[in-house]
Amino acid sequence: MSILINKNSRVMTQGITGKTGQFHTKMGKEYANGKNCYVAGVNPKKAGESFDDIPIFGTVAEAKKQTGANVSVIYVPPPFAAAAIWEAIEADLELVICITEGIPVRDMIEVKDRMAKQGRKSILVGPNCPGVITPDEIKIGIMPGHIHKKGRIGVVSRSGTLTYEAVGQLMDLGLGQSTCVGIGGDPVNGLKHIDVMKMFNDDAETDAVIMVGEIGGSDEETCAEWIKANMKKPVVGFIAGVTAPEGKRMGHAGAIISGGKGTAQEKLDVMEACGIKTTKNPADMGRLLKTVI
Amino acid sequence: MKIHEYQAKEVLRKYGVITPKGIACFSVDEAVKAATTLGGKVWVVKAQIHAGGRGKGGGVKVAKSLDEVKAFASQILGMQLKTHQTGPGGQKVRRLLIEEGADIKKELYVGMVVDRVTQRVALMASSEGGMDIEEVAAHTPEKIFKVFIDPATGLKDAEADDVAAKIGVPPGSIAQARVQLQALYKAFWDTDSSLAEINPLILTGEGKVIALDAKINFDSNALFRHPDLVALRDLDEEDPAEIEASKFDLSYISLDGNIGCLVNGAGLAMASMDTIKLFGGEPANFLDVGGGATAEKVTEAFKIMLKNPKVKGIMVNIFGGIMKCDTIATGVVAAAREVKLSVPLVVRMRGTNEDMGRQILKDSGLPIISATNMADAAKSIVAAVK
Repeated sequence: MSILINKNSRVMTQGITGKTGQFHTKMGKEYANGKNCYVAGVNPKKAGESFDDIPIFGTVAEAKKQTGANVSVIYVPPPFAAAAIWEAIEADLELVICITEGIPVRDMIEVKDRMAKQGRKSILVGPNCPGVITPDEIKIGIMPGHIHKKGRIGVVSRSGTLTYEAVGQLMDLGLGQSTCVGIGGDPVNGLKHIDVMKMFNDDAETDAVIMVGEIGGSDEETCAEWIKANMKKPVVGFIAGVTAPEGKRMGHAGAIISGGKGTAQEKLDVMEACGIKTTKNPADMGRLLKTVI
Repeated sequence: MKIHEYQAKEVLRKYGVITPKGIACFSVDEAVKAATTLGGKVWVVKAQIHAGGRGKGGGVKVAKSLDEVKAFASQILGMQLKTHQTGPGGQKVRRLLIEEGADIKKELYVGMVVDRVTQRVALMASSEGGMDIEEVAAHTPEKIFKVFIDPATGLKDAEADDVAAKIGVPPGSIAQARVQLQALYKAFWDTDSSLAEINPLILTGEGKVIALDAKINFDSNALFRHPDLVALRDLDEEDPAEIEASKFDLSYISLDGNIGCLVNGAGLAMASMDTIKLFGGEPANFLDVGGGATAEKVTEAFKIMLKNPKVKGIMVNIFGGIMKCDTIATGVVAAAREVKLSVPLVVRMRGTNEDMGRQILKDSGLPIISATNMADAAKSIVAAVK
């Protein structure tokens, strides 16, 4: 099973003619079943051309119609990225993964508002995220594929390299992953921790979950409360930013403590109170998970 | 991006927010001239720095004569103003705002931020203006009213009227308050603000509604479409190290400790700082070199970290994915040579080509300590700086 994506997913790349889009489409195509998975690219000015044997279409709707693609990954530059997300949602793709970093928050407020009001069914992951990987099946995004291996641990995180860190520690202990989801570091985005956690809870191939959070907002707390009431599988957690000062944006737009809210300690306390084992040592995430399975 | 109070008021006035008349000044002479131009008998001399809490720190004074304007302007201009937001060193005052005095009958609070839960702009308003709103939120949260604004419609008349009434605006002034709240929202939305605050919004004896103070932060990601707002940036208010880092597309924030950190990725960078703290050390900075770091970028990052005289050691923590460990190792060695590194350096590399990377460090002949994981790296650097 796995969640969100598997070897049967069919992917189009929006922004396939840019340097980043090309590089990661190529890497995705070379990973596991990628050759069958990456079926289309989109660029309104380059319809009819191709990249690495992948046909390019003028619109998302056309690419979907011609290739049956059900997932889009977006590498479009920030000023145009929200419009690209909306095009994918209007075309009713099942899953839209936006890697682009630096999209204005206002643009995302508008996208999310229209999604809600029109009752759109597409699932949005990101923006400003590393993407999603189901190891040994398919990789969509910028994570290094070779550090992963198929297994039964789910990983959900707001940060890219910290996700790789968690995966690296699991691999040192011989634990593979069912799916790893990077939900991104922006304040207004698609899937939150809680949404991914619900999917892992329902996934027959996931036995336990590592949840990696960071300072800012209250998404981790909301997820922790849900876990306490509903989760049937063990979850362990780490929150980055115990040392982060208030009012300073720590790289990610969403990683900021404001008004004394969203501190790492507050999140860790809520998680522990909800039965999630946490660690303050990020080198200890894998070992901690091993203690609960 | 942050701007000064007088700039925020200029922005808000364009949208119809009423503020006292005021003139920004850079010298004592200008301040006296400004007071003369404004006329009246009472003026407020306000320090313009990007931090809040200026009044408590002695940066805001009410003058009842031109001599007092001169005295207060001399006193405030050039002072190191210390507030709870400036840090212990304070911030040098280089600009003043001279404003006409106001007849304050009641002080209210209004602010706007992006709410992550509803994914909308939230208007927050309270009858408890003039004080620290975080204190109000902590002790009397029932005195803060919120409206989550529909982006398709903006702040509706009924919503504005309702919230104005709840925070104690009298019936005769509700229409004025509505105009101001809607203007504030329009300004917030159009300028891609991340925070806009009027504290206090006052009611005068005559029932007028006036923004006595103003604070606006803009979404840095949206500045590409606001060249007029970028022009308001005041580099004097920012950390020179952070400005230097941003030129090389490095995300850097100065902290108080003595261990420099160089990491790829914001989350891993925070986690590295946390690990240093966990093992008894104090990080000197947050530094994310990003996903596409080159040898040149790593060298610049080293230079920026080492400009901080407090730095007694450096920890490099890289998870090489797309960015390969051998590339980073080459950059680290080049940087260490170029800056003639004289403090201990611990490097932890993991991921693509990690063995090659470690070999490069070893072959360099430099006294670089290699660590296998984040915790070992932190322990080593903490021990090395003691």
